[in-house]
Amino acid sequence: MSSGNRTIEVELFTTGLDAAGRPQRTPLVTNDGGSQLTIAAPEAMEPELSADHMLINIGPQHPATHGVLRLVLELDGETVVRCIPHIGYLHCGFEKIGEYRQYNQIIPWTDREDYLNSIGNNVAFALGAERLFGIDVTERCTVLRVIASELSRIISHLVWLGTTCIDIGAFTPFLWAFQERENVYNLLEGWVGARLTTSATRVGGMAADIPAGWMDGLRHFIRTFPHTIDEIDRMLTRNAIWVGRTVGIGVMTPDEAINWGLSGPMLRASGVAYDVRKDFPYLDYETYDFDVPVGTNGDVYDRFLVRMEELRQSVRILQQAADKLPEGPLNVDDARVILPPKSKATSEMESMIHHFKQVMEGPRPPAGESYVAVESPKGEKGYYMVSDGTSKPVRWRIRPPSFVNLAAIPKMVEGHLLSDVIAINASIDIVMGEIDR
Amino acid sequence: MTEKFDVVRAGSAVPDSAPPVSPRNVQHRGGEPNATARAIVERFPGAVSRTEVVWGETTIFISPESVLEVMQWLHDDPAQRYDFLSDVTAVEYRDLDQPIEVVWHLRSLPFRRFLRVKAQLPKRPALEIASVWSIWKSADWMERECYDMFGIRFIGHPDLRRILMWEQYKEGFPLRKDFPLRGRFSRSEQLRQALAQNPEAKYSMEELTIADAFEDLPDDMRRRINSGARTGE
Repeated sequence: MSSGNRTIEVELFTTGLDAAGRPQRTPLVTNDGGSQLTIAAPEAMEPELSADHMLINIGPQHPATHGVLRLVLELDGETVVRCIPHIGYLHCGFEKIGEYRQYNQIIPWTDREDYLNSIGNNVAFALGAERLFGIDVTERCTVLRVIASELSRIISHLVWLGTTCIDIGAFTPFLWAFQERENVYNLLEGWVGARLTTSATRVGGMAADIPAGWMDGLRHFIRTFPHTIDEIDRMLTRNAIWVGRTVGIGVMTPDEAINWGLSGPMLRASGVAYDVRKDFPYLDYETYDFDVPVGTNGDVYDRFLVRMEELRQSVRILQQAADKLPEGPLNVDDARVILPPKSKATSEMESMIHHFKQVMEGPRPPAGESYVAVESPKGEKGYYMVSDGTSKPVRWRIRPPSFVNLAAIPKMVEGHLLSDVIAINASIDIVMGEIDR
Repeated sequence: MTEKFDVVRAGSAVPDSAPPVSPRNVQHRGGEPNATARAIVERFPGAVSRTEVVWGETTIFISPESVLEVMQWLHDDPAQRYDFLSDVTAVEYRDLDQPIEVVWHLRSLPFRRFLRVKAQLPKRPALEIASVWSIWKSADWMERECYDMFGIRFIGHPDLRRILMWEQYKEGFPLRKDFPLRGRFSRSEQLRQALAQNPEAKYSMEELTIADAFEDLPDDMRRRINSGARTGE
């Protein structure tokens, strides 16, 4: 190639997709008479390239693995031939510890597994434990739990959006997303006093009712948040780099997605309209008017579109929940699980004994078992609890959606380029705290 | 690459049924069992030992030998179509004489059904049961985790090795009831073992053999790989 002060202009902006749905790309042009830049064929440039496969290790400490995931890749040139994931670096034995804790004592552990969805996990666990006790929570508690679940869905999707942008090369949407996430955390802090590890629910109710004026903050968030979604939408959805990095990458067909057990946005991006909130509803989700976005290509781009639309649908649900929040008691009137009021516990002997036995021995559900699944931001999150009639579960099993979703990563990355591994891994939306538990 | 998929809808096999609602006032025991329960008893009278409904969820107990046959039928039969395997796990009870139960949670998306299938495994001789990986690929990691935590060997699984604990973990299976909460070894022994690990042994022997990096390894390491040795030991 000739040398000289030649500059190369690359037009990054394109007007969108071509007829076949691929991003329009502008070829490299040079400013010396408009001749096309010719690049020598790789064989001529690097005749030494042989067919040796290379072993590449990504992680466990790598910003693009979203935690302590480790991928061992066998590469043929830049193409992934084989991918071997290694997990377990964050394994803490939550399920084992749960067998030594009373039901309410497990709730702080649920904060710490999928820590982007902590209040959603609290709600899911409380629903599972209440099934074991045969309790239906009050109307007000149900609506508050819907608000909690949807707020945590927004948090989780925003973190996913921000970190995925960074993985793929965009920094600005990360800041916008994290600013909005901060607003949601401020709301949660005003409600339960904690930001990340909320521990907001109790068996039979919530730890605290919302304070006065909290609803105004929520309504303000509902009003302002869609503008941020629109901005991110304008920034990414038709952005040539974004589209080029994500379209046609990591495709799963509907049959494959179901067979591999994918759930949540991963499954819906592959064209399977399965949402636990619609198909196995809980918390009266059937009374809310919301849509389930479904992709039709099953690639990373569709997963992005599905999550963007879920953000908008969450705002719709929040709006409806804020409008219908009824007055009334927060906790169920059931002495088996609910503590007596503090004033009575310190003044009446019976209430004090009741309080003491509740705290020291814990509520005892009848022998039985329940599997309660909710639609967490990552997918179907299930809590399977087995009780033998004592105050501690015989078995507390977490069905972690991102664990099952991540199991499909070898299937998705094999045959793609090394740089696509990062995009595909980001699109799964993994949280290692939940995968390793 | 841009081929579009047809949307698969949950509940497609029962289009006229009422939309599902959140469960309320669920009974502890009894209640209407899942429609599958009767069909499976008729189809496999010898394999199904009993069915029960607890908190509105149908549980079917099947014999461990019949797992693959029953699961294949549940997946393939046009009136069942349990195409989504939610969960594979196991339960060991505090009463150590009770058998270990392997639990599968299945969903039929077309029929919007949920089913729990259990197989009871006597604790001796060996904890072995058929893998359902050939039916649902999602069983891959869940069965590996179940093996890792309970020591149940899933026969027919293509790659049954530890997943959450590391390859050289010697203390046994953590979720078994005879496993103490803090582990079998003392803290000092656990620390000693951790410090004795070779931090350079970051690839498993199997991984080293898949790539041509094998040729670049020192002679003694290649000999150890060929003799079936493992890293870090």
